[in-house]
Amino acid sequence: MAKKTDSPLRSKAAGLRPVTKKNLLTYLMVIVFYALFQSLSAAGALKNAYQSLLVPICYSVIMAISLNLEVGVLGELSIGHAGFMCVGAYCGAFFSVVTKNTFEIGWLRFLIAMVIGAAAAAVAGFLIGVPVLRLKGDYLAIVTLAFGEIIKSVVNVLYVGRDASGFHIAMDSAKVGLQEGGVMILNGPQGITGTPRNSNFTVGFVLVMLTLIIVTNLMDSRTGRAVMSLRDNRIAAESIGVNVTKYKLTAFVISAAIAGVAGVLYAHNLNALTANTNNFGYNMSIMILVYVVLGGLGSIRGSVIAAALLYSLPEIFRGVGQYRMLLYAIVLIVMMIVNNGAFFVQYKEKLKHRIRGGRKEAA
Amino acid sequence: MKFLSQLISGISLGSIYALIALGYTMVYGIAKMLNFAHGDVIMVGAFVVYTACVKGGMNPVLGVLLAIVFCTVLGVCIERLAYKPLRQAASLAVLITAIGVSYLLQNLALLIFKSDTKQFSSVVMIKPVTVAGLTVSGEIIATIIVSVVIMVALTLFVNKTKPGKAMRAVSEDKGAAQLMGINVNGIISLTFAIGSALAAIAGALMCSTYPALSPYTGAMPGIKAFVAAVFGGIGSIPGAMVGGVLLGVIENLSKGYISSQLSDAIVFAVLILVLLIKPTGIMGKKIAEKV
Repeated sequence: MAKKTDSPLRSKAAGLRPVTKKNLLTYLMVIVFYALFQSLSAAGALKNAYQSLLVPICYSVIMAISLNLEVGVLGELSIGHAGFMCVGAYCGAFFSVVTKNTFEIGWLRFLIAMVIGAAAAAVAGFLIGVPVLRLKGDYLAIVTLAFGEIIKSVVNVLYVGRDASGFHIAMDSAKVGLQEGGVMILNGPQGITGTPRNSNFTVGFVLVMLTLIIVTNLMDSRTGRAVMSLRDNRIAAESIGVNVTKYKLTAFVISAAIAGVAGVLYAHNLNALTANTNNFGYNMSIMILVYVVLGGLGSIRGSVIAAALLYSLPEIFRGVGQYRMLLYAIVLIVMMIVNNGAFFVQYKEKLKHRIRGGRKEAA
Repeated sequence: MKFLSQLISGISLGSIYALIALGYTMVYGIAKMLNFAHGDVIMVGAFVVYTACVKGGMNPVLGVLLAIVFCTVLGVCIERLAYKPLRQAASLAVLITAIGVSYLLQNLALLIFKSDTKQFSSVVMIKPVTVAGLTVSGEIIATIIVSVVIMVALTLFVNKTKPGKAMRAVSEDKGAAQLMGINVNGIISLTFAIGSALAAIAGALMCSTYPALSPYTGAMPGIKAFVAAVFGGIGSIPGAMVGGVLLGVIENLSKGYISSQLSDAIVFAVLILVLLIKPTGIMGKKIAEKV
């Protein structure tokens, strides 16, 4: 039986390090998935309902990877991740709507919107991360939830309009004070309308690949190892000179920036962008957390599979009509108990033991 | 005068939060888990009262008692079926299971009662009282009285009785409590039973004051009560009471004086400030880190 080798010498002889192999397999999986569904939809073999799932799957996957960086790799529970997505979505959409008529090259504008969304979310991540990362465990979780809700509430009372004399910002629709010919861009609870629909499956795929490459390389770098050492034992890491604040903040900000990109992708997939509990509130944050935990903490490939599968699960269950969310809930509970319950864990161990034992006897 | 009436309705709202927060904090103290499904137990309680009293024409007091019994049984069943198998598992696994239970309750309610908002009629039979030009509704009086009685009873229960002592022992050290002959599983079930009974009462009172009921009614108060529990120091029973009342007052005052849309944001901002100054909440104990 082939033993798992961790010795660097033997792996080098095989050509690739195990980590690299694992990452390449993840990339390959995403590429195959993309090729399959792109050709299916090009051939017209994909139902409309499934077609419209492709971009949402992409941003869910990106969100899951980004949250896994925070929860699985950094080891800090966050239940407000959708807040960063919200920041990215609004900033990106704002830019696109403002420059819609002046910027001729669509893809370039979209690219700049992405950069702006990522940068804005990163700034938000930094501002929130500095105070939040001082806290621990459940307290940290509740504060991230609070920040997520604050972002959502503030966006809902913000009014931004533009006229000949420039931008007007107010917290009340009556106080914006636009001149003749001015346009409301961000209209409080009505949000941003008329965002160009630049998102498509290919863009989503490219972004997923980029996120994957960034995060897997980060995890395999000096920074990534420092971050993981903080997760495993903060005190030990600190005592050998790992700068806690710096590395925690780095991981937090990168994670926020990636969520911002997912937000831009989300915003450009819709005509009208609004913020409510289901898209940028705790419901979304919790849904992403479910993907990350079911996929396995710290496992990037797990996040990708779980996000893609679970996002499409309610759609696959559409056949059973109104019972689909009920089924989803039951599947979720059963999966958690089977994966983590003491009884099942013991049973699995026994089974593994028996299979191994059987093999030995045969040899 | 406006301030006083805002303050009183804030205290009443806060008492409801406190009742819910007690369930969160007791479960956290004993099982070390965030029971995200707690908010939905409130909704179930309110629906039981709705079916019994509004639809069935039952006596309100009996209806509330029925809801208490129903939610107690439900809470214990949830604990036994969903959380008990995960007693040794990582806390995140339990958290996700709790989220699953929350989805389950919401969608069951959605199937049975449909998604439209139901008009709830008050179960309180006290007439409004006017003192010096200030009218206080019967619901507010009932909420405040019921909450005070429950909080006093619960404090006495936890501090003076044998099961209460056992509860404190389990929350302090589960292993040692078991060695001392305490039935840990029984105590955990008892905690869930008490928490769910309080949630049923909170549901009936909340829907009497704010008479709109849908399968998602429990979600936001659940989150707010969770915030209140953290606010007061999660795991601490007096903390949950203080945190709940403070949260309700802050929310109502900011609704009245600053902005009704931003009131949630203000509540959360105050929470963040409190946690930054005192990272374990108002009444939380600071635990030294072991190396």
